[in-house]
Amino acid sequence: MAEIKSAATRKTKRPELDEGGMGYLQSLPRRVVTVYLPLLVFVIVLLFPFYWMTITAVKPNLEMTDYANFNPFWVVHPTFEHIRYLLFDTSYPGWLLNTIIISTAATFLSLLASVFAAYAIERLRFSGARQVGLAVFLAYLVPPSILFIPLSVMVFNLGLYDTPFALILTYPTFLVPFCTWLLMGYFRSIPFELEECALIDGASRWQILTKIVLPLSVPGLISAGIFAFTLSWNEFIYALTFIQSSENKTVPVGVLTELVRSDVYEWGALMAGALIGSLPVVVLYSFFVEHYVSSMTGAVKE
Amino acid sequence: MAVPSAAVQPRSSILSRSLSALSESRNALGFGFMLPAAALLLVFLTYPLGLGVWLGFTDTRIGRPGIFIGIENYQYLWDDAVFWLSVFNTLLYTISASILKFVLGLWLALILNQNLPFKSFFRAIVLLPWVVPTVLSAIAFWWIYDSQFSILSWALMEMGLIDHRINFLGDPENARASVIAANVWRGIPFVAITLLAGLQTIPQSLYEAATLDGASRWQLFRYVTLPLLTPIIAITMTFSVLFTFTDFQLIYVLTRGGPVNATHLMATLSFQRGISGGQLGEGAAIAVAMIPFLLAAILFSYFGLQRRKWQQGGGD
Repeated sequence: MAEIKSAATRKTKRPELDEGGMGYLQSLPRRVVTVYLPLLVFVIVLLFPFYWMTITAVKPNLEMTDYANFNPFWVVHPTFEHIRYLLFDTSYPGWLLNTIIISTAATFLSLLASVFAAYAIERLRFSGARQVGLAVFLAYLVPPSILFIPLSVMVFNLGLYDTPFALILTYPTFLVPFCTWLLMGYFRSIPFELEECALIDGASRWQILTKIVLPLSVPGLISAGIFAFTLSWNEFIYALTFIQSSENKTVPVGVLTELVRSDVYEWGALMAGALIGSLPVVVLYSFFVEHYVSSMTGAVKE
Repeated sequence: MAVPSAAVQPRSSILSRSLSALSESRNALGFGFMLPAAALLLVFLTYPLGLGVWLGFTDTRIGRPGIFIGIENYQYLWDDAVFWLSVFNTLLYTISASILKFVLGLWLALILNQNLPFKSFFRAIVLLPWVVPTVLSAIAFWWIYDSQFSILSWALMEMGLIDHRINFLGDPENARASVIAANVWRGIPFVAITLLAGLQTIPQSLYEAATLDGASRWQLFRYVTLPLLTPIIAITMTFSVLFTFTDFQLIYVLTRGGPVNATHLMATLSFQRGISGGQLGEGAAIAVAMIPFLLAAILFSYFGLQRRKWQQGGGD
């Protein structure tokens, strides 16, 4: 772990002077061919589906299918008809609300459980803490694709089928291991001395956790929260399996199962649904992109 | 007056002492703190995992509890061509998508590690495909791959590269290539950003020293970058392989396993047989059949790619 920490400090403290490394040895034409051109291609390929989504969402149906008279890459008469249809003639707003409620609840539940678990594993060091930490990591490697069938049996037997609780209680199966693992890394970076001082001053473990460790790990809590929220927002297989009725569906499932009718594809509405469903996650992420990148890379480095 | 208070005093202090002893005991406190997470994971992860294995040995259907039938499900699957096709598809999908993700992701990471203008902006937008819900971006790919109005076919025809529309999702070979391409598109950012983080921990002085020793650019990459990056490559690719192997969403949106099962992965076959077809036992057996592959992938990356001694600063 030590090398990771030193690597992290090296990254932040690296002087500006060193920033470009030996880049100055490269000539401009060479840089254009080896760096800027491939980067341009990568960015175009990675962003094109989003452009295509957006342009389709505001394209009238006539232009969408008439490639002979209209250049498909552009829109001549933008329309909000698809978005209006989506928001007022379908259950889309309800799916959005469901997704927000389920993601928020699952995130809070997982964070609460993870904070205690991570603190116990990392700082209380009860006997067997290392093994429990490893078990938590292994739990993260268990994919939802092999759990959804037995979970559907459980959800049905518990009477949770087709209720939001089916998802709120099952999402922590992948959120808790992830958040715990991420928070363990954060707690590890808090100096032991702070806790020892507090212990000498007569603080209880509970006070240490709430008054010292948690305030210091707010960035970790934020990134774990964002991660958990994004993962729940994106979850598909459980939501597809455990939810039956249209009004209880989440955005990904609703868009796919309700907006696609037999052979008439409402491409405009579908793209608008995909776009609006992606926006909350993108906005959330763009606010905290630095946390996001650093915590993702931090979590992977553990 | 003094007697009762004297009697009460020790009792409460015993109580508070034992309470404080309990709160000081690492094990008791650790147990209490672990309880919420452990309860959630044991009930909704460990138990279903066991239940899944058990269901694989039963003939449970939706709405009817099953009875133990031994390895009948597995015997049936052993002789089932569609199951073996799905195993082949899953391996093909995982291996080709992982290799492409690794090569392209590493390339992108090396580019982003250069001294670029708007560096953080590029890093942020590169991550977008990974942040957006897979199902929603897969729907965009569905439209891009449309048999009649595919923008790709149109663009290639305009450029004169092809003379008729490509049937992206209708032809078995094309469908396989298309879903792999969509998976790679979604996976590149994760690989690139994590490898970028790894690249940034490599001290510049090593490159300077190697350059002074006359190393070429390829040698810099081969003998400095790659060895120092190996541990993080191992972790990143393990995750990438696991998530690709168990992928479900992309296939479910784009092809539902078609045409003629050419893109059925084990996860989608398990869903089709278990949930859509109602044969929970058989679906569970297919899901359980994925476990050996996952274990093999984890063990391979753990033993094959773990830190060598010299990378930790020790002798060879």
